[in-house]
Amino acid sequence: MYDVERIRRDFPILGREVNGQPLVYLDNGASAQKPQVVIDAVTRAYSQEYSNVHRGLHYLSNLATEKYEAVRGTIARFLNAGETEEIVMNSGTTEGINTVAYAWAMPRMEAGDEIVLSVMEHHANIVPWHFLRERQGVVLKWVDVDETGALPPERVLDAIGPRTRLIAVTHLSNVLGTRVDVKSICRGAQERGVPVLVDGSQGAVHMPVDVQDIGCDFYAITGHKLYGPSGSGAVYIRKERQAEMRPFMGGGDMIRDVKKDEITWADPPMKFEAGTPGIVQQIGLGVALDYLMDLGLENVARHEARLCDYVRSRIDGLNWLNVQGTTPDKAAIFSFTLNGAAHAHDISTVLDKKGVAVRAGHHCAAPLMERYGITASARASFGLYNTEAEVDALVDALELCQDLFG
Amino acid sequence: MAQEEFEEIVDAFDYLDEWQDRYRHVIDMGKAMSPLDEALKVPATKVEGCASQVWLVPNVEGTGATAIFTFEGESDAVIVRGLIAVLKALFSGLSVREVLNVDARAELNRLGLEEHLTSQRSNGLRSMVKRIQELAGSVRGN
Repeated sequence: MYDVERIRRDFPILGREVNGQPLVYLDNGASAQKPQVVIDAVTRAYSQEYSNVHRGLHYLSNLATEKYEAVRGTIARFLNAGETEEIVMNSGTTEGINTVAYAWAMPRMEAGDEIVLSVMEHHANIVPWHFLRERQGVVLKWVDVDETGALPPERVLDAIGPRTRLIAVTHLSNVLGTRVDVKSICRGAQERGVPVLVDGSQGAVHMPVDVQDIGCDFYAITGHKLYGPSGSGAVYIRKERQAEMRPFMGGGDMIRDVKKDEITWADPPMKFEAGTPGIVQQIGLGVALDYLMDLGLENVARHEARLCDYVRSRIDGLNWLNVQGTTPDKAAIFSFTLNGAAHAHDISTVLDKKGVAVRAGHHCAAPLMERYGITASARASFGLYNTEAEVDALVDALELCQDLFG
Repeated sequence: MAQEEFEEIVDAFDYLDEWQDRYRHVIDMGKAMSPLDEALKVPATKVEGCASQVWLVPNVEGTGATAIFTFEGESDAVIVRGLIAVLKALFSGLSVREVLNVDARAELNRLGLEEHLTSQRSNGLRSMVKRIQELAGSVRGN
């Protein structure tokens, strides 16, 4: 039994008011709120367990290292990675994808080589590939979504040519809510010998992920969207790919031996983790993932699917509301514009007055906005603690918008 | 002249107790504003520091501190367009010297707009005021 009211009590911020109204937090796609256990873990780490990791031999350093390294195992379990060493810890998906771009893609791609992307990628899964286009003449091949915002795997696989070196695709669109059948993409790509990077920044939040079952080469996640601290995250890198990677960032922790004119690297994953990491953030992420796994991602997904259905039933008759992304298999992420004068910023301003927090803008997905012929939209993105009553609050606030601007 | 217009807005706001009604008033002013010529929407006229896109185009008649300052403006967001209308009522038609002497924050506080707008948008309001007074200041400097 998924008791959402009990779950809500785990998140202290949900009890506060905004602009004199109870907070209705529907900006989970940008960042999720934190349960008390995560907040407590961060406080405990700083008050009782803190030191640098992988360095000192004193008690606290050993304790912090133990706590920090245990999180690698938690992430491996969360993603069902084959080996713990396949988890490279970092500050989030942006760093994860940049690591793959610099450490794996750059040294092995030449002018004319191709990277296949979908038009609904987040900038974090676009801009690093533009580096390769700009600096090395790599060609970006864009795959369009269909009219419902779905991305049939065949479209991606059909884009593969003899020069395709990588497919970089999201597991779940941060704008449309579209789920992508990355397993089919990986199966088809593997037959053609093309590695696949999956941007799991949104996907891992809303459904169980099994990287071995998916068969991807890279899977990047972001801690702050997973109810963990900001500045935490990881990228799963399949062992064979790790072996092909040169280091990206240089610094402490990622070396075995440094001489004046010679250097040897630490073994992966340390080879890709230069400098003092986000020790406490990562410890908090471990607790957040345990919290999620205790709830069960299947249960979270079921709850959010019910919310998604309820949103659809409430907005179905509103002919002044245009939703981008209508594929049946989508997560509870709704981007929309209103007929008439209201700009996305107008909508979010009025919603904010009603205590409803949504995102307004281009959602770091400019090519997708261009595809839909809009410059901005408002986005309500639901999480594990949202309720049907909050959907009602959203719809009430939207009706006020329509009244004010329509 | 312009000040009178602004006083009318202050009076209207005094009658409006509900934030929805104040918003509606700002929105109506935004809708009533004539659009800016597309050719004038260029980087030079764009105001940075606003969440929405904002353009302000000044016009000065005369020279020195007594020159008359007017401006046109537009935004892609209706509420912001309404705020530009408020600023036009506050500033447009004043002499350059008068524009610089307006205590914009105090005047706008009379409308209670600061508390009714999100901080990001208030920053936008501040950015617009700053740009208007900079534009006027650059004229006086000539």
